[in-house]
Amino acid sequence: MENIKGLTKVDLIFEKISPKEVLTKAYSMKSEEIIQQILDSGLKGRGGAGFPTGLKWKYAAAGKDSEKYIVCNADEGEPGTFKDREILDRVSYKVYGGMAIASRAIGAKKGIVYLRGEYRFLLPQLMKELESFHNMIDEIGYDFRIRYCMGSGAYICGEESALFESIQGDRGEPRNKPPYPTTSGVFYKPTSINNVETLVTVVMIIKHGAEKYNLLGTKDSRGSKVFSISGDTPTPGIFELELGMTVQQFVNEFGDGDTKAVQVGGASGFCVPRKKFNETIIGFEGVPTGGSMKLFNSSRSMYNVLHNYLDFFAEESCGQCTPCRVGCQQLLKGVEKVKKGDVKSTYLNELVKLADTMKVASKCGLGQSVGNAFRTIVENFREEIIY
Amino acid sequence: MYQVGNLVKELTDKHGRARENLMPILQGIVEKHNYLTDEAMVEVAKELEISAAEVYGTASFYSFLDTKVRGKYVIRICKTITCSMKGKAEIIQTLEDMLKIKVGETTSDKMFSLLETNCIGWCHKAPAILINEIPYTELTPEKVVEIIKSYMQK
Repeated sequence: MENIKGLTKVDLIFEKISPKEVLTKAYSMKSEEIIQQILDSGLKGRGGAGFPTGLKWKYAAAGKDSEKYIVCNADEGEPGTFKDREILDRVSYKVYGGMAIASRAIGAKKGIVYLRGEYRFLLPQLMKELESFHNMIDEIGYDFRIRYCMGSGAYICGEESALFESIQGDRGEPRNKPPYPTTSGVFYKPTSINNVETLVTVVMIIKHGAEKYNLLGTKDSRGSKVFSISGDTPTPGIFELELGMTVQQFVNEFGDGDTKAVQVGGASGFCVPRKKFNETIIGFEGVPTGGSMKLFNSSRSMYNVLHNYLDFFAEESCGQCTPCRVGCQQLLKGVEKVKKGDVKSTYLNELVKLADTMKVASKCGLGQSVGNAFRTIVENFREEIIY
Repeated sequence: MYQVGNLVKELTDKHGRARENLMPILQGIVEKHNYLTDEAMVEVAKELEISAAEVYGTASFYSFLDTKVRGKYVIRICKTITCSMKGKAEIIQTLEDMLKIKVGETTSDKMFSLLETNCIGWCHKAPAILINEIPYTELTPEKVVEIIKSYMQK
């Protein structure tokens, strides 16, 4: 298979650079030039959804409003994801740099970082670094200011429109789409909302050029990605890897020799069982991930894993739309009933149908993706759910 | 129960009285008093000239904006899968024994509250807890005892 490249460690995201050099270069470029570079790089959003970043900027740039926003989504809440915290902790100036470049591309003067409440301990350091950053871009000539908004413990606020609602001081309930954020985002103004890692990647693309960046990764998944690795592994932590490896290659490097399943993409992602390690590519051509990689060995019950995820979703569903609110609760109660033997095991088939309905009928990505883990765990580990 | 006094005024002066400033104002009250009383929320509503129901609506949505009595130190134990796999149960047991309360409760001297929370982003260093905003990771029952002792002496 041409799109398998093996496992290669990369040092792009955490590499120490001179931000002034890159930002001076970006300042001399026209909006269309920046957007074209990002489009050519093939960069897709690193938060998990994978929307092409260049395209998002192109749409936001087209907005006629004089007031526009760049929002950095630092509400990293997907179970098993912790890379954005590490990025902010180590290279926040690159995150701010990506926002400044985006501001030139779409014509925004205001930036907001929405940081999850769980990471509040980082704020004093981040604010200090922001002050030096503002001084630096003032010297270059940028007309751009960034401020922080803090979350307060709600997973759903990682969903872009829920995040806007939260910034506006409301309950973090997702909006209907369209209109999309590039037309009507925070304060109903054209907004580009990008993940922490995406913004850092932008800086590196402007530094090295799209052509060079293109050498990394595959046709469908360009570049490298920061992975958050946890569970049954001798080496848990944060690793930047080139895209285009199979789950098997990943397990060879990070497994403990007894890996029976890998949950790719967190609770809203997909469970890959051992028999599919070889054929499954980590990336947009296979299983996409915002970075969360959890390994489970044969001592773990996949019922416990599924139950933990469903309990998570039942709590974190915002409750606004019925398919998600009721669906999450019923899936949780349902697997408990199957486990206890209160209902026949064929009841699982009904639950899979319910998860499929939630995918179609839920308002936002939360309810739509509960079925990913549900279906892949139930299909591959049915006996563990029943007995 | 605390007296909200001038705090709401101070916070609204600092952040502004526009609707978008509601979150930082509520966060500021929780930072100082650990939870939101009805009186505090009514006070905020008056200052911002919005309905108290709107303030409560926002507050009750967020798990860190508690509307129930909480202790000076709120301990949040991560209950998501990796922390569960890596010894969360023992950590809870140790905390419950030490503080003589169950998960969801607050000590009678209002010093500690014990709560569970969803993934706090330390899976590679599980099990993990937050005490107010400070994370503690790679915990063992022994480490937890030391940490809580240090808070008791504060």
